[in-house]
Amino acid sequence: MQLGPLDINFILQILPNLLLGAVMTIKLTFFAIVFGTLIGLFVALAKISGIKILRWLGGLYTWVIRGVPLLLQLMFLYYGLAFAGIVLEEFTVAVIGLSVCGGAYIAEIIRAGILSIDKGQMEAALSMGMTYSQAMRRVILPQAYRRLLPPMGNEFITLMKDSALVSVICMTELMRAAMLLQNATFRPVEIFVTAGLMYLMMTTVFTTIFDRLERRLAISDGD
Amino acid sequence: MVKAENVRKSFGKLQVLKGVSLEVKQGEVVVIIGPSGSGKSTFLRCINHLESIDSGNVIFDGQPVGFKQLANGKVMPVKGKELCQLRSRIGMVFQRFNLFPHMTALGNVMEGPVTVLGKSKEEARHLAEELLAKVGLADKAESFPSQLSGGQQQRVAIARALAMKPKLMLFDEPTSALDPELVGEVLSVIKNLASEGMTMIIVTHEMGFAREVADRVVFMDEGKIIETGTPEQIFTTPRHPRTREFLSSVLRGYEKVPYPQVG
Ligand SMILES: Nc1ncnc2c1ncn2[C@@H]1O[C@H](COP(=O)(O)OP(=O)(O)O)[C@@H](O)[C@H]1O
Ligand SMILES: [Mg+2]
Repeated sequence: MQLGPLDINFILQILPNLLLGAVMTIKLTFFAIVFGTLIGLFVALAKISGIKILRWLGGLYTWVIRGVPLLLQLMFLYYGLAFAGIVLEEFTVAVIGLSVCGGAYIAEIIRAGILSIDKGQMEAALSMGMTYSQAMRRVILPQAYRRLLPPMGNEFITLMKDSALVSVICMTELMRAAMLLQNATFRPVEIFVTAGLMYLMMTTVFTTIFDRLERRLAISDGD
Repeated sequence: MVKAENVRKSFGKLQVLKGVSLEVKQGEVVVIIGPSGSGKSTFLRCINHLESIDSGNVIFDGQPVGFKQLANGKVMPVKGKELCQLRSRIGMVFQRFNLFPHMTALGNVMEGPVTVLGKSKEEARHLAEELLAKVGLADKAESFPSQLSGGQQQRVAIARALAMKPKLMLFDEPTSALDPELVGEVLSVIKNLASEGMTMIIVTHEMGFAREVADRVVFMDEGKIIETGTPEQIFTTPRHPRTREFLSSVLRGYEKVPYPQVG
């Protein structure tokens, strides 16, 4: 069966392999988002804290990570660690690499979100007798959260697409699955069109979820 | 109740408070007036340690604010729980209300009792409803701040501060951000508090209100207290030329404000 330049039968043949890759891409993205957001939150809090050394360390982290290609970071982690005698599973290295990288961007997003909240909010919270962390949890972060959604959605999509880079450390996710199939069959059109559509579906799901969340918040929100 | 002794505070090179001393007794209402930039807000913020002071002393309810002296004579900053505990007994009302926009009016008033005092939701709700009724907003409990007028927001902010059962209330120009027709409703809430015997320090440009509510009026200029006296004395026979100058300049503008002058 033929659909334009695409051989549907061949696509059905390679589909299981690509789907397995896609599942791995989803897993990687999920862990990268969870750990990246945690890292990002702590680094953001460090960067706005009153403690100089924390601010400095946070600054160093985001400076380095955002200033060096992710590809290089992944290679460094994978081969560098192995060279130093630390052998980690590909999956672990991939998750560390993606979360550390995503964390730096997410930290900047969260920091900007927190700083965009009127200073009077923190003052009102403190003047009531809240501790700094109570004020953050109850007053600042819930407000920042609303403003964070759009840029966070973007960042999550970027992380999903960047997860393709872990193919260079032999992690068989969607991108590498496609490359392996290409090497074995030399049929790039079917392979990359199918893989591309899979990426597109996954990113579209993300965009839709975030659009919904934003709209829901816009309705429930007072302002 | 609260005593400030020779409080000094600088921002960088700019000395904003140049040795301010003020004692406020229980149940007393002190109104601070003065030109903008004279350090009135900074002084209020030093009282609940939103700003640290460079030197001097602030003592609230017998407890030093910001710094405490140990038995061995060493001075230690008061931090963490102790500071929070202290702040929870001082209510503050801001010029720009600073209500929490993601909570309803009721939620705003419940927040302190629940989060800071650890009261149950029910108990806090009960108290919050009572306080909203007290400031005339029982029917606005479920409204978000953005759905309220400035005057209503400020009254919610007052209820929020009262929910902590404070021993002292600080007001920093509570009506300066309001449209003129909304000023009266906020001032009348504050007057009620005064008549109930609440200890208050109020920074305001509403001279008619100051005259009516104050036990004592303090005139501040350029980081110093220039003159202190009864409202009668400050408004009718100010001793210091700068007080006279300031009063004549604001009273000229004041004729436009609808709040009725009493006296
Ligand atoms: N956080 C700050 N950093 C630097 N300067 C400040 C700060 N807060 C206030 N100031 C300055 O201190 C002076 C007094 O301010 P303020 O206490 O707000 O006066 P007032 O309330 O009497 O108008 C002003 O010159 C103001 O610019
Ligand atoms: Mg001021």
